[in-house]
Amino acid sequence: MPEVAIEVKNLKKYFRNGDGTVKAVDDVSFHINKGEIVGLVGESGSGKTTLARTILGLTKITDGAVIFDGVDMGKATHKQMKELRHKVSVVFQDPAANLNPRETVLSSITRPLILQGMSKKEAKGKAEEALKLVKMDSEYLYSYPHQLSGGQLQRIAIARAVAIQPQVMILDEPTSALDISVQAQILNLLLELQEKLNLTYLVITHDLNVIRYISDRVAVMYLGRLVEYGPTEEVIGNPRHPYTQGLMAALPILNPRDRDKKKDMMVTEPGSLIDLPKGCHFHPRCPYATEACREAFPENVQITPEYQVACYLQQKN
Amino acid sequence: MEKEELLQIRNLSVDYKVKGGYLSAVHGVSFEICKGEIFAIVGESGCGKSTIAHSILRLLPDHNEKISGEINFQGQNLNELSEKELESVRGHKIGMIFQNPLESLNPVYTTGKQVQEGLLLDNIPKQEAWNRVVDLFKDVQMPDAERRARSFPHELSGGMRQRVMIAMMLGRNPDLLIADEPTTALDVTVEAQILRIIKQLRDERNMAVMLITHNFGLVAEVADMVGVMYAGEMVETGTVYEIFDHPSHPYTMQLMKALPRITKKEGRLETIRGAVPKMMNHQKGCRFANRCIYATEKCWSENPPVHQLSETHSFACFREEVSTCRK
Amino acid sequence: MSKSPIKEFFRTCYKNKNFLIGFLMVASVVFIALFANQIAPYAYDDAHPQDILVKPCRQYIFGTDNMGRDLFSRIVYGSRIALKVALVGAGLQLVVGTVIGLICGYFGGKIDRALTFIADLTYAIPGMVMALAVVTVLGSSLMNAIIAIAIVNWAAYARVVRAKAMSIKNQAFIETGISFGESAFAIMFRYILPNIIPVLIVTVSMQLPGTIMSTTTLSFLGVGSQAPSPDWGLMVSESINYISRGPWVCIFPGLALVYTVFGFNIMGEGLRDLLDPKMKSQ
Repeated sequence: MPEVAIEVKNLKKYFRNGDGTVKAVDDVSFHINKGEIVGLVGESGSGKTTLARTILGLTKITDGAVIFDGVDMGKATHKQMKELRHKVSVVFQDPAANLNPRETVLSSITRPLILQGMSKKEAKGKAEEALKLVKMDSEYLYSYPHQLSGGQLQRIAIARAVAIQPQVMILDEPTSALDISVQAQILNLLLELQEKLNLTYLVITHDLNVIRYISDRVAVMYLGRLVEYGPTEEVIGNPRHPYTQGLMAALPILNPRDRDKKKDMMVTEPGSLIDLPKGCHFHPRCPYATEACREAFPENVQITPEYQVACYLQQKN
Repeated sequence: MEKEELLQIRNLSVDYKVKGGYLSAVHGVSFEICKGEIFAIVGESGCGKSTIAHSILRLLPDHNEKISGEINFQGQNLNELSEKELESVRGHKIGMIFQNPLESLNPVYTTGKQVQEGLLLDNIPKQEAWNRVVDLFKDVQMPDAERRARSFPHELSGGMRQRVMIAMMLGRNPDLLIADEPTTALDVTVEAQILRIIKQLRDERNMAVMLITHNFGLVAEVADMVGVMYAGEMVETGTVYEIFDHPSHPYTMQLMKALPRITKKEGRLETIRGAVPKMMNHQKGCRFANRCIYATEKCWSENPPVHQLSETHSFACFREEVSTCRK
Repeated sequence: MSKSPIKEFFRTCYKNKNFLIGFLMVASVVFIALFANQIAPYAYDDAHPQDILVKPCRQYIFGTDNMGRDLFSRIVYGSRIALKVALVGAGLQLVVGTVIGLICGYFGGKIDRALTFIADLTYAIPGMVMALAVVTVLGSSLMNAIIAIAIVNWAAYARVVRAKAMSIKNQAFIETGISFGESAFAIMFRYILPNIIPVLIVTVSMQLPGTIMSTTTLSFLGVGSQAPSPDWGLMVSESINYISRGPWVCIFPGLALVYTVFGFNIMGEGLRDLLDPKMKSQ
């Protein structure tokens, strides 16, 4: 049995919005194993970023639990929370916004280390090491963010994230703002670091080709619900949930010879969290929807311990 | 089938005046777009692809640029037209859609009214124009067209707003649609829908499309012809199959290998070393030389010659032999 | 590229004529205030009973007032008061406004609503009326006048800071900071504050002329500086009764005030052009 890094149990995150509640994350359960790269995909408004922010402890949990290293984050004491913060780090999408524009690279990287109680000198040594890990020269320690390119900024954000020696890294669209040639550099760097430091990644992105390249398992969210979660080849190559099927049909081909292979794609507009349907959130767009789908949200079907699908179609089989 | 040339760009250069000289944003670019053709200009950020699109309609934001070369559109050199003459080309013969449709729409008018506005310019009676608007909304596959025409921009999703923009352009029946990163801000499922609409409209109306993008997925999906830009120069042009099957310029070859087409178990992506240089004051030599694995001394000192591999396929490089790229 | 940023800054300053002229005007006032002891021929309260309301002449270049005090010396010493008002007044408004603005912008919610309500209230009441009320409660003195004006003006800073803080707080580097354990205090003062300094400088320079004017007005009304202080506002008000016999008593302090306020005004405008990137791009 692989060791579990993060376990999410019936997680709910609701926001109050005027007169109603927005269920950004609703009853999501899954786990990430140690040393695994999990890709989280979904359209905008699917709740994938809210899920990540909840795991980072940036927003309060409405209900359910995020269990990290045996500690329930919702019930953690101040001290436990402080320790947890050293075990998870994050890299966001926008390279320019990832770093404080008024601080040097050195102070950006060392700040979390100093907060952990490290001396300035020690932290500087770590920062140099971290820059080496991301293949950047230590001369950049004294640069300001505006003097660096997007790819360099993203490397520094990654350096800061690995410098605290986390167990888990959350990467929110780490390459979306980068050019293709730089994207490949950063993806390879992330893979290399993961192997070298035995990290666990949760990668959020809308780029399905990137997900296919780097992740071991893929989690698909739709309007706050986790609809499918399983091994990459199966979820991308042979998706079981009708939503995943529609999403994968939209996967951009990277060879014009594949044009004819394109499957049926969804013609309907994406749903909205504001006006959620009763039952399965996907049923208004689903070609296989039955009476049951309109009544209640389907339970997760465990196909293997590492593969779950929330669809009535799977229950029959 | 004989192809009819619609837009012909000859030796287009755009220089920006900056502190200490000129920044060469576009340099010596030539290509042509035929009727009913989707021509994709693909390249990384800052390669000048948007500058080309904007200079065709003289929409560059600053007024410190210098455009030289010919932009021949239906026998007219747009570069020589007066501002007034150009107005009759903009929108009427050449339509343009942008990355962020919300910024292109006026928030205080309904979307239908804004589309209608364009039609009224062509002296169509009001009621008839409104009926045309609803038809146009149906043409771009707007769900619930009649109701959506009475919606304000903020009431629509990103995909629907882009449909409105396309409808607005179609209303005046342009011969060429310039689409500058039209789906970058949209979800993949919506992106696929928009692409299908663009393709369908091309088929039905024989409209030419100039697609500006950084996304090779889009190119593979819809383009007929491809022009690859690097640091302001078009380094390779060809049909989409020529570019993907036999990329010949080292930059194109390396880019093709950087696309995430594989899984990590199958291997690692190849990367291009270094970064795009800033092109100041027209230095000589190949602009890709500092990142090229095949670069020789010649590449730094002389401008590379253009090799014609087929009637459609050409690239600018000193390398004579053409190695075919791994699929 | 290799030019030092400081040199670059001075080069752009030089190009911006507004800033340059304003800066020189303000610098001259600062110079006069610093070397008042050397510049002024007499002490500011040095009365010459034999030389009452003397016209400007070689001995008293701006003339004398109704008590025979040298007007020039009084105006020179008065520059110290004007600068004190500018420095202490703006400093007070800046600190209070920034702290409140940061708290509102960062925390949001109930605290924000409560403090914003108070700020809106100060906007709703005419400034001078409120200032007069405050001074009446606190008692008449220059310091109390400065405090009164600060109570009227802090909201301008709070508003700017709040809006800016709200937009910065959602940026990735703030969230990253929180995720590795920064305290709310550190987020506000280490992360947000340095990023709004340009806006603060612009706000200060735009609020300064108004602050000097309003405080001087309070002195003119008799609830600010008290005699024999060489406060320009007080000097003008004391001279009112003699305006027909010695108009210079009224004119010179007035001119000094206009010069100083105008200096701050155009320096502020120049600074705004220099620091506000939106203005720059136009």
